[in-house]
Amino acid sequence: MRVAEELKKSALVSIWFMFLTFPIMVIRVNTIYNTVEWRWLNMALVGGGSFFLSMLWRFMIRRKERGKKKAEIKDGVQLTLIQRLMQNRRVTLSGIVLAAIFAMIYPFVFSMYQTSIMITALIYVMCGLGLNIVIGLAGLLDLGYVAFYAVGAYSYALLNYHFGISFWMALPVGAALGFMFGVLLGFPVLRLRGDYLAIVTLGFGEIIRLVLENWNEFSHGPSGIANIPRPSFFGYDLSLQQVTIWIYFIMIGLVIFTIFVVGRLQNSRLGRAWVALREDEIACQAMGIDKTRTKLSAFALGATWAGMAGVMFAAKTTFINPASFTIWESVIILCVVVLGGMGSIVGVILGAMVLILLPEYLRAFSEYRMLLFGAVLVLMMVFRPGGIITNVRRTYRFKGKATTDGSSA
Amino acid sequence: MDYFLELFLGGLTRGSIYALIALGYTMVYGIIELINFAHGEIYMIGAFTALIVAGVLTLMGWNEIAILVIASIVAVIYSSAYGFTIEKIAYKPIRKAPRLSALISAIGMSMFLQNYVLLAQTSDFLPFPSLIPQFEFLEPYAHIIRPSELVIYTVTASVMVALTIMIKFTSIGKAMRATSQDKTMAALVGIDVDRVISVTFIVGSATAAIGGVLIASHIGQINFYIGFIAGIKAFVAAVLGGIGSIPGAVLGALVLGWTESFFTGYVSSDYEDVFAFVFLVFILIFRPAGILGRSEAEKV
Repeated sequence: MRVAEELKKSALVSIWFMFLTFPIMVIRVNTIYNTVEWRWLNMALVGGGSFFLSMLWRFMIRRKERGKKKAEIKDGVQLTLIQRLMQNRRVTLSGIVLAAIFAMIYPFVFSMYQTSIMITALIYVMCGLGLNIVIGLAGLLDLGYVAFYAVGAYSYALLNYHFGISFWMALPVGAALGFMFGVLLGFPVLRLRGDYLAIVTLGFGEIIRLVLENWNEFSHGPSGIANIPRPSFFGYDLSLQQVTIWIYFIMIGLVIFTIFVVGRLQNSRLGRAWVALREDEIACQAMGIDKTRTKLSAFALGATWAGMAGVMFAAKTTFINPASFTIWESVIILCVVVLGGMGSIVGVILGAMVLILLPEYLRAFSEYRMLLFGAVLVLMMVFRPGGIITNVRRTYRFKGKATTDGSSA
Repeated sequence: MDYFLELFLGGLTRGSIYALIALGYTMVYGIIELINFAHGEIYMIGAFTALIVAGVLTLMGWNEIAILVIASIVAVIYSSAYGFTIEKIAYKPIRKAPRLSALISAIGMSMFLQNYVLLAQTSDFLPFPSLIPQFEFLEPYAHIIRPSELVIYTVTASVMVALTIMIKFTSIGKAMRATSQDKTMAALVGIDVDRVISVTFIVGSATAAIGGVLIASHIGQINFYIGFIAGIKAFVAAVLGGIGSIPGAVLGALVLGWTESFFTGYVSSDYEDVFAFVFLVFILIFRPAGILGRSEAEKV
């Protein structure tokens, strides 16, 4: 009986979607030759696909609800396998050692092309960890994050173009400029509520991109800046392959530095203030946390990392133009953070690896990359808002005496 | 003087289109307090559907007026269906989750729909047939106003009136107002809140589709990206007028349309989009409640 009902429901959903996607998926009008192309195969695909997906959807929703009930009955935190493993010191340690060995030998084992993809992924890890401070810890939705990335990239490119500043000088300068812009842009907007903040930051991101595109004397306009030097290696001349490996190791170093700083920040006084602010602003203010300063510090620190990553990006690609810094770049970084797990460092690293490396290796899907990213954002929010690796809150548990009141844990 | 008049009417055209889109934002925000990022995409889908239907019917040799009517009706139906479905997939399951989740889900939906149209259709600009006939009585004023503009003004005005009547006098309008004030209380007095939310999405999407068809036949070309910028600007308009308020959305849209039109006409057209964003930032900083909105004390 249940089965028949399920099938009926899915069939209805499938018909609905076939109707919904009919004009856009099936018909294509060619206005130049005045022909109409009917793609009935697409309709069949949509019908079949939505039939199974709707079943899966309802199954997942039911599972999620059951999970919620279970958590309520059993009280306290339910840890998944990964989370339990992560709390085990020996497992973590061996994991870190393995990752370190893998990172060390990677550029020597794999080709230059793959190393170069890995560098891109590492840049996203860095951006993701920076954005993680803003979104994951402080709970501020920043859709203009890529603006700071652009600030970093352009600061290196322009300073080098006009004054011949080297990469190593530009890295701290990019970070400092990122920080400055973070404070500058953050100051007026941080008083706003969450959803307004999202739109305003999006607006700032677009303003910076449009200014870069239109202000030809300053930024060379849409044609961008070429011939940005790669980082030097103590004055030696390196071949392209060597320089790629060198950039790779610089990136590894920067990522480790980022992980270290973010990890320390997370459990500092400031980090706890961020998390508390995310949960309840009013309670925080009552506890004496300076709302504006705390939010501003999250915003500016996030921007600092974007600035550094921007310098790296310019040094890696040796060519930048405003087209690399659209709002969708911000959304991809957001996707990295959301997929991995807001607030969790391991999660963000994993998220960046999955989202940046998978489309590179599954070339067939690269067209569908942005489509899938959009779907990932929706699905993660519906089914697993904590991300792949949900951050575990530090909790104190009472041992010994059995408490009857479950909610106090 | 003619130049001024041209800019004024151009601004009115822009403003009318922004108003049609802004209505959806403001209605949805009024009821579930969510910025529906995918709303601009619904407008884009409306325009695309109209283009496809018009293309097929033109090839079948139908007459112009019939094409215009049928294409618009189909566009409205489809956009409403999309609006309804989006709500069921991306917003309903997380209605009780934190605000941040719904926003991220909305952005994901917007990105998904853009790329869906990009992949299923094309990334190029498509020429949109000018469906609106020439009016003879407008001939002498052809240098200032085009027939499509006149159609835009009349349609927008009638949609506004219809919507106001619906919200003020019908029972579903009353239910909407009740739900936007207090969802729990509305449910307690027997209002089907889920249904009200669905209707809101459907009505908002329908007005956006009308805007999409009108602007597409006015400008004459569309691509998959038109929804994004239009959506953001309509949002600016909604905030400017005071989000949640319907007359506010219209007023905000007109103000934005005129300021933009005069800015590009007299100052610079390079920074047209920058201008809208700067405008938004200033409103949000100095008068976050908007022109007609009332500033509410935050409840603890």
